[in-house]
Amino acid sequence: MLGDDDLAALWLTFRVAALSTVWLLMLGTPLAWWLTRTGSRWKAVCNALVALPLVLPPTVLGFYLLVLIGPNGPIGRLTTGLGMGTLAFTFNGLVVASVLYSLPFVVQPLQTAFAAIGPPPLEAAATLRAGPWDTFFHVVVPLAKPGFLAAAILGFAHTVGEFGVVLMIGGNIPGQTRVVSVQVYNHVEALEYGQAHWLAGGLLAFSFAVLIVMYGFLNHRLTVQPAK
Amino acid sequence: MFVTFISRFSMIALCCALSVCPPALAATTIAAVASNFTQPMAEIAEAFEKATGHGAKLSFGSSGKFVAQIENGAPFEVFLSADAEKPEKLEKSRQAVEGSRFTYAVGKLVLWSAKPGYVDDQGRILESGGFKHLALADPKLAPYGEAAVEVLKNKGLFERLQPLFVLGENISQTHQFISTGNAELGFIALSQVIGNGKIAEGSGWAVPETLHAPIRQDAVLLNKGAENPAAAALMQFLKSPEARAIIQKYGYSLAD
Repeated sequence: MLGDDDLAALWLTFRVAALSTVWLLMLGTPLAWWLTRTGSRWKAVCNALVALPLVLPPTVLGFYLLVLIGPNGPIGRLTTGLGMGTLAFTFNGLVVASVLYSLPFVVQPLQTAFAAIGPPPLEAAATLRAGPWDTFFHVVVPLAKPGFLAAAILGFAHTVGEFGVVLMIGGNIPGQTRVVSVQVYNHVEALEYGQAHWLAGGLLAFSFAVLIVMYGFLNHRLTVQPAK
Repeated sequence: MFVTFISRFSMIALCCALSVCPPALAATTIAAVASNFTQPMAEIAEAFEKATGHGAKLSFGSSGKFVAQIENGAPFEVFLSADAEKPEKLEKSRQAVEGSRFTYAVGKLVLWSAKPGYVDDQGRILESGGFKHLALADPKLAPYGEAAVEVLKNKGLFERLQPLFVLGENISQTHQFISTGNAELGFIALSQVIGNGKIAEGSGWAVPETLHAPIRQDAVLLNKGAENPAAAALMQFLKSPEARAIIQKYGYSLAD
């Protein structure tokens, strides 16, 4: 069965994923909107940067993060200069890493949803003298709701499933950086297969359920109804 | 004409193949090696191939993962663990050849910092403090982590320093925490920072072996290798003076 350590890891994972999802939506929404609307020549570069965590091994991302946030790295210098200390081995460090790591999983569904809206509703809003903020919150957001939902679910689930980066910058501290995936790994490494099964099976069930809910919802929304 | 060309070509190919073929009874073995032993083992394997004509394929990784893989049918024939328990466990569960187990190296623990002059050669910094993080390998998983905990307990510092612990999943990762400066100092293997017989960079305290139980690293012949002469030869070669010299060069001591 699950021990106290396992429960602590579960609760910590939930906190990291929830907070990361909030940040992901706050940062991902304007970014995705800009990427959808812009004609800037930097668009390709930005798109590529956002998508990088999809193709990079988490160890690469984790290693560079460790170097960047270390006391000699540029981010480390900044955070120590601001009196925050360094980010490695902290809860906040995990959230920062998760946001970077899960960014494509949030930006891409949002971008698709924004693009699907097309110009007509925005033009209609403009003819009714709606300002850009008004248009965004009262036209774009309601129309892109499935996109927001998919983005939030994927961002959350992907953060829960994060492993390599956390392992590299977390330091495996109980209640602070020891998340479920790391705990499963610890159990397996320590040959405690019984406990590993409980956690690993739970994670599998959770991920499967999340994906079913999401696809069920999206299919319902997005299935093209045959013309009568 | 064409046929002659083919037969001539195959003759040439046959000659080439024969000329690169190792001596008559040469075989190849595959070994699972604890990652802390990566560098010395690569060198030992090279010497082994030269000396015996046998080949050795090496797979590096964590000992715990190897045990799981071996129990599930991995093709490894020789297992060089980072500890003594895992080979023993495999022997008991009849995954390994009985009586083949021996200690190929004894690890040395070092308290190390990437900053020159930071760790004194008596390890007094552990008492004086002034650091925010002390890195060590997870004591549950890695023998070097277990030894580090033992040292701290023996010095009566465990309770005080435990809140500063950051745990690497293995000693390579622990080294990474320290070398990038994210942890000011930590316990790792001497083999990771040794160069020309001394600590090559940063600063360190070679922890006296009286402060912890010896970090014995055992090797064992696995069932899959029981019939392979190359596997037995590799086990034998690990005890040879040539291999022992390489092992010591990398900062390990020997069992006897």
